[in-house]
Amino acid sequence: MFKNKMFLKFDAISQNESFARMAIAAFAAQLNPTINQLADIKTAVSEAVTNAIIHGYKDSFGEVELNAKIEGQKLTIEVIDYGVGIENVHKAREPFYTTCPDEERSGMGFMVMESFMDGIEVYSEVSKGTKVVLQKNVGAKSNAGGV
Amino acid sequence: MVNKQRAYDGGLILEVSGELDHHSAPKIRDELDGAMAQNNFKELTFDLTGLTFMDSSGIGVLLGRYKKLQALGVRVWLKGANPSIDKLLRMSGMYSIMPKVDRG
Repeated sequence: MFKNKMFLKFDAISQNESFARMAIAAFAAQLNPTINQLADIKTAVSEAVTNAIIHGYKDSFGEVELNAKIEGQKLTIEVIDYGVGIENVHKAREPFYTTCPDEERSGMGFMVMESFMDGIEVYSEVSKGTKVVLQKNVGAKSNAGGV
Repeated sequence: MVNKQRAYDGGLILEVSGELDHHSAPKIRDELDGAMAQNNFKELTFDLTGLTFMDSSGIGVLLGRYKKLQALGVRVWLKGANPSIDKLLRMSGMYSIMPKVDRG
């Protein structure tokens, strides 16, 4: 079984949202994903990294970790921040829930991650940070998950 | 960015291009609001043909514009989303309030 892994750490600034998307797309390309699968992965990672920047480090400076590993056709991605954490993960994952209603946030980030990936787990502790684990089976043999 | 606007009798088409994420959202939002303030129209189409990426931050931008336009009695349509953005628009229910059109 083919295996590979990568670890990235970058400043929690919005300029790095597109960087994170490009980085994960380049890594996932090794699995020969379909165009739709690659778009799904980029969108889900964009949501997780944006959450880390907006919510994890609301009023402070920090770093975001983007780790990924390939095991056969399975891609597992971790997006980690060491920010404020989420008090109620269950509530945060509810569709349209947002803590920033005045900033035109749609509250759909977790919903998008759930829809576009095959698996999502969220681990969070107040004042310590949040880890989002995304998983997707990629490549010709997997369920293509078309549009 | 909003790279082009076309006005016709009673209507306005705004073309959005590039990437629409949390980083670019404030600029695109301001450009859209600016174009909307400069024109008189009763219907508006957001043409997304040139948009290469959008996540839920873009949904927030579109929804925010829709609420303003709805209050003014303006009808709003969406056009030209690529398959990935189309999936996001369908999933989020955007087409139920801003229907998809093909016309130019």
